[in-house]
Amino acid sequence: MVIERKWKKWLYFYIPMAIFIVFTLFPFYWMAVTALRPDEELYRTWRQANATPFWTLKPTLEHFKNLLETTAFPHWLWNTMLIAIVSTVISLICGMFAGYALARLKFRGSEFLGTAIFITYLVPQTLLFIPLADIIRDMHLGNTPWALMLTYPTFLIPFCTWLLMGYFKTIPKELEECARIDGATRFGAMVRIIFPVAIPGILSAGIFAFTLSWNEFIYALIFMSSAEMKTVPVGVVSELIRGDIFFWGQLMAGALLGSIPVAIAYSFFVEYYVTGLTGSVKG
Amino acid sequence: MAPRGERVHVSRAKRMLESEKLLATVLLVPGLAILLIFIAYPFVMALWYSLTSIRVGDPGTFVGLANFTKAFNDTIFQNAFRNTVFYTFWATIFKFALGMWLALLLNRHFRFKRLIRASMLLPFIIPTVLSAFAWRWMFDPTFSVMNWVLFHSGIITDRLPFLSDGDWAMWCAVLVNTWRGMPFFAITLLAGLQTISPDLHEAAALDGANAWYRFWHVTWPLLMPVTLVVVVFSVIQTFSDFQLIYVLTGGGPANSTHLVATYAYQVGVASGLLGEGAALSLFMFPVLFAVVWMQLRFMKRMDGA
Repeated sequence: MVIERKWKKWLYFYIPMAIFIVFTLFPFYWMAVTALRPDEELYRTWRQANATPFWTLKPTLEHFKNLLETTAFPHWLWNTMLIAIVSTVISLICGMFAGYALARLKFRGSEFLGTAIFITYLVPQTLLFIPLADIIRDMHLGNTPWALMLTYPTFLIPFCTWLLMGYFKTIPKELEECARIDGATRFGAMVRIIFPVAIPGILSAGIFAFTLSWNEFIYALIFMSSAEMKTVPVGVVSELIRGDIFFWGQLMAGALLGSIPVAIAYSFFVEYYVTGLTGSVKG
Repeated sequence: MAPRGERVHVSRAKRMLESEKLLATVLLVPGLAILLIFIAYPFVMALWYSLTSIRVGDPGTFVGLANFTKAFNDTIFQNAFRNTVFYTFWATIFKFALGMWLALLLNRHFRFKRLIRASMLLPFIIPTVLSAFAWRWMFDPTFSVMNWVLFHSGIITDRLPFLSDGDWAMWCAVLVNTWRGMPFFAITLLAGLQTISPDLHEAAALDGANAWYRFWHVTWPLLMPVTLVVVVFSVIQTFSDFQLIYVLTGGGPANSTHLVATYAYQVGVASGLLGEGAALSLFMFPVLFAVVWMQLRFMKRMDGA
């Protein structure tokens, strides 16, 4: 009986879980191994025997050193960070306000506006990039961080608004009413009572917004022209490939360094993320 | 005098904010302004562009539907549209099936639960462009680690043409997209699973329902709303995808792996034919519209029920 149960647990749990883990994490492992491998070991063809295909005996930081010293990578990292933070803050403020208004206030057209904001989801960046490039240029925002800080909220605000609207709806109305009886204004009750209670929801919306901006590619590819102004994804694509030659060691070092900040941001908040999501799913 | 006047002013502003209508307007204006300027306005402009022969440095003239008929007869575009449907269909099915499986596994109790859950999200949070490069390196024709493993374990005698053959490359793109999107499905479905009361499962188990029956008749119906939200979100993201193909194949070999978005980029930005590019990307709109419309109808029905 016990033996059979153990056997079942292996078949239904451990083996599938192990396969999922390998499938999910192998590309990152390979990124790291490639970044640490010296060039003469890196370029061994698929037929050649290789003493240590899955690790390296001569780890080197050469690729990282080259990346940081000969390219504008530190600039890209800084730009990406700054743009992601500013656009997340803008979107969170807009989303908190709009989410509260749609969840709690009665006014004509609230349902229509809620639907309209939701529908902006249906207009992805790839549908708008051509005219938007002209608009950005006419506003003299081209090749400045503001081009991205103002356009990223277009895909973050609908998401933040909807997530937070769901979250606000789960907060009991009595909480606000008590504060209002004690003399707080509507606005004051929103800022001092509702927002603090909604912090898990706000954090999870913020994390999601931050990673989406860190990940964005097409707007950054089109709006930013000089090497110094690029973000990590665009810089890696356009500056680390010279002609047809891929410098794989440097590319993987860049991919690794460009991933670490988001991974760290996530690891601190992953629990908030799941609970925030659970809250909004319930609502 | 001045402080008193100020106080009157403040209290009037306060009183005005007590009106729900006015407060709602004040709260909605910043978000709506951004959406109007950077979504509604460019969308109208895209419609206008698509009807003209505008190109870089030349405002062009009104050409009616010429750009659309040209796209319609363009074999590369026909292929790109087919690819987009293929890519969205298969990637969504795999992401959903594997994501559901992973969510059910992650919902159990096991050691290092938090660490494993967190690391499972990595593909979703790491910028697609960067992870797509790692995959491109793994698919590299000369240095592919997968070819190396398969060759040295005796499974293949000649290398597999991962990205150098159009059909293979589309399946590789589906694989990479599945790898990237599966964690999002898993974590969101996991959040949904956690809202299901264990009592329901116990009750069903007491009635003699086996695991499979319990999944179909308890878990699945209760997960339906969450499922719908993730599927719609993922279909929209996948259908309008750009970066994964841009990095993995760049639309090649011989334009065989273009998606609508990458082809619109090639025509509109790389070749500077803004009008034609705008028309190409507008072909995505009816499909996305249908998806969102279906979801809105479903949501209304759920609210009514």
